[in-house]
Amino acid sequence: MTPAMELRGVSVNFGSVKALQDIDIKVYPGEVHCLLGDNGAGKSTLIKVLSGVHAPSKGEILVNGKAVRFRSPRDAQDLGVATVFQDLGMISLMSITRNFFLGREPTRSRWPLSRIDKEKANAVAKQAMADIGIDVRDPTQAVGTLSGGERQSVAIARAVHFGARVLILDEPTSALGVHQAAMVLKFIIEARMRGLAVIFISHNIHHAYPVGDTFTLLNRGRNRGTYAKSEISRDEVISIMSGGEDLKAVEAEIQGLLAQIAARQSGVARQ
Amino acid sequence: MTAVEEQVADNTAPDRFGIRSKRSGEADERLAKTGRMTQLLRRPEAGAAGGLVATIIIFALLPGAANLYSLQGSMTFLTLSAELGIIATAAALLMIAGEFDLSVGSMIGFAGVVIGLTVRHLGLPLWGGIGCAFAVAILVGYLNGLIVVKTRLPSFIVTLASLFILRGLSIGITRAVTGRTQIPYILDGVPDPATAGLFNGHLFTGFFQWMGTQGWIATRSDGVPFVTGIPMSIVWWLALTVLAGYVLTQTKYGNWIFATGGDATVARNVGVPVDRVKISLFIYTACAATLLATIQVMEAGSADTTRGLLKEFEAIIAAVIGGVLLTGGYGTVWGVMFGALIFGLVQMGIFYTGIDTDWFKVFLGLVILAAVLINNWIRVKALGRGGGR
Repeated sequence: MTPAMELRGVSVNFGSVKALQDIDIKVYPGEVHCLLGDNGAGKSTLIKVLSGVHAPSKGEILVNGKAVRFRSPRDAQDLGVATVFQDLGMISLMSITRNFFLGREPTRSRWPLSRIDKEKANAVAKQAMADIGIDVRDPTQAVGTLSGGERQSVAIARAVHFGARVLILDEPTSALGVHQAAMVLKFIIEARMRGLAVIFISHNIHHAYPVGDTFTLLNRGRNRGTYAKSEISRDEVISIMSGGEDLKAVEAEIQGLLAQIAARQSGVARQ
Repeated sequence: MTAVEEQVADNTAPDRFGIRSKRSGEADERLAKTGRMTQLLRRPEAGAAGGLVATIIIFALLPGAANLYSLQGSMTFLTLSAELGIIATAAALLMIAGEFDLSVGSMIGFAGVVIGLTVRHLGLPLWGGIGCAFAVAILVGYLNGLIVVKTRLPSFIVTLASLFILRGLSIGITRAVTGRTQIPYILDGVPDPATAGLFNGHLFTGFFQWMGTQGWIATRSDGVPFVTGIPMSIVWWLALTVLAGYVLTQTKYGNWIFATGGDATVARNVGVPVDRVKISLFIYTACAATLLATIQVMEAGSADTTRGLLKEFEAIIAAVIGGVLLTGGYGTVWGVMFGALIFGLVQMGIFYTGIDTDWFKVFLGLVILAAVLINNWIRVKALGRGGGR
């Protein structure tokens, strides 16, 4: 099977800083591909390369087996690579419909009378959201009135509606409550079932592990390996995400401190 | 049914901790129902509309109301509103796109000078002179916009520079060519009343004359009514307001204006040509200033290098009174129309009531403060609690 998106030997340098080195990643249709790594591992830079914000210094990007060059995020979107950015990519003072169709407004009549077809836009936006299971009360309400989870949902519905074949989600659940995060995870599964390739970046193992099929581990700007779910356990993923042995060391240290406190308290009690 | 099944079947019932589970799609019980009135009050122009009604009532109760609200008085304040409204509408669109143009006032003076010099000293026909002024306006607007988008400097600073440059050029060039700071008699010996009439003429003159002969409106001793028709400035203002309103709310370009001011990065990411939107709006403000300059030159028959002084601030004030956010991304053209009306009404109202006109500025300051406070409150209302970013 041809990967929906592939990176071959991609490196990104910012001056003398090597943010990414020789990254190879293949993402297949109908797969949720999780990118894991601690802060500074290069996740953000990688997302920016995938979404068309940064061009790689070296290496190539392939979409559906064809080498491509993104000059802007819009270029990537036009080739079916849609990114839901962490800061949501929504304009809070504008309505759901206006945000949904921003940059791709459906129009009626010809220039100079051409205007946005609002009835159609509202209906399509409402339907597209209903398709992935979100019921919008009023598509003309400002996005600023929505909760974080609902905004993520609008962004995902928009990407799916405009024919995304690759959906990149940058920490989509990090700012959300339990219920809203569950809702977003449901949409990720929904998108996967529609045959999209989903690239999912998350810090939260409870969110990433259940929905992920494949896990790519990033560390200090390098790809430390890609594993199928069957090849890697939840605990192994946790240990990698938290920086390996660090967590055990921290845990031991905390145990030591707690023991000290307990000892001191029993000493106080005896006096 | 076991207790567990019961809970699954009715999962909106509170559990033993009293916590209601959420199900998407259901109306949230915490969501207060909003009535028609609240929705109307949440519109960005609500504050300006209320302010206009209050202003009309206040001046109706003060002495001089009869003169202010007579046909002649109304036409006078409407003309003042129209002249401000023409540039305020343009300033408002630019503000919604997140930028300011402080060079509007200087552009009014400069455009007048261009018309005066090209017609009087280069011997161009009137339409040629006006054409030159608009060509200069397009260039000035383009340069303002280009510098703002290329350098990413605040437009406040860039156009503050243009404010001084254009005013300086107006005075410098005019004095160098004519030895004075005014260019009189521009329309003398120019056989082109049709072009001039587009800017200083009146509409429906026949109708007003007829009303005069019927004795419905006041006439002079020779039977000509005091108000001969609707001045072209008002016609231009209303036409531009309707056009700008249509473009802003109904077209793709209007959607891009909101997005550019709302969040330029987000807009750019989805493919909105943010730079082109901004540059085109800088061109629009310069052209609106030139239109106002043309109207003034045609009415006065002369150009003055000091024309349009402080007009840039009046335009921004009218936009802010009209509910346009200083931070961009929000506002309506109708609100700006109300803002311009309040402005014209107060200016003439103070004159007719016999209050010292010096107080106009005090009033202006207070209105700006009130308008900004009301706008903030409305935005918080529009977005529910918190008011968003």
